[in-house]
Amino acid sequence: MKNPITGLNKVFDNRIRLGVMSILVVNEEVNFNDLKQMLEVTDGNLATHLVNLEENGYIKVHKGFVGKKTNTTYAVTKSGEKAFNEHIAALETMIRNMK
Amino acid sequence: MSQQNQPVDSLQEVKDIRRMMERSSRFISLSGFSGVAAGLCALAGAAIARYSIFKEYYDLYDERGYFINTAFADLKWRLILLAAGVFAAAFLSAFYFTWRRARTQGNSLWNYTSRRLFWNMLIPLAAGGLFIWGMLSYDQWMFVAPACLIFYGLALVNASKYTLTDIRYLGYCEIVLGLINMLWIGKGLYFWALGFGVMHIVYGIVMWMKYERN
Repeated sequence: MKNPITGLNKVFDNRIRLGVMSILVVNEEVNFNDLKQMLEVTDGNLATHLVNLEENGYIKVHKGFVGKKTNTTYAVTKSGEKAFNEHIAALETMIRNMK
Repeated sequence: MSQQNQPVDSLQEVKDIRRMMERSSRFISLSGFSGVAAGLCALAGAAIARYSIFKEYYDLYDERGYFINTAFADLKWRLILLAAGVFAAAFLSAFYFTWRRARTQGNSLWNYTSRRLFWNMLIPLAAGGLFIWGMLSYDQWMFVAPACLIFYGLALVNASKYTLTDIRYLGYCEIVLGLINMLWIGKGLYFWALGFGVMHIVYGIVMWMKYERN
């Protein structure tokens, strides 16, 4: 039998990274402050995890401006969406085996 | 994370994911009481129009046996003021109950989802409002009530993508009611009371029973 844990993605071990992905797969584009508010985390903490996700190629960053203030928005990439879906499928398999 | 409790963790993880997906894409704190309150305001407004403003207008007619222009201009302004008052009262009371619900749920009222809901509802509403304003400036009164209902219905259908999906059915009802109103154009006030009063109250009660009763 296939080890049910093999499908799980290490990157999504962290709750904040998983939270960011959950938000981005259902929203086209979300900016930093909205992510922060929804996840209830600090600036630094969120920034670290966003860099990690970006380095893995799961999210893309778009730096823009609203007036003179910077407005950085984040969106999920194709490979990010694929990785997230695989992670969920693996979780589902595991839950089914539990029953 | 040991392998032993992995399935329990995964279940929790899936729940977290679902909660995040839902909380980030839809504003779910709309309260059923908001609908009921807005409906009551609309009914009160319709009653004032029917039994006070119109009555006075026709009583004057009966006294004199003819309409005078100033009386009609007066009637127009009183109705517009009444409509603005009803809108403000309905908006404030609806706002209050939703604010209360958001507070007990621990959500903030002005966040990503509520902002999106607000803008997407505002676009058809503002277009409708300006359109009706335009009609009034040509003294076209006939289509005010159906236009109110149709544009409001469209706004709700549009808003349903950003909040509880049930609101879409209220939107459909408003649109259909507005179109039926076209067949009985002189009965606008009754359709208006039905659409903005009765239907809001019914919708509010259904929503309350579905989501808030416990």
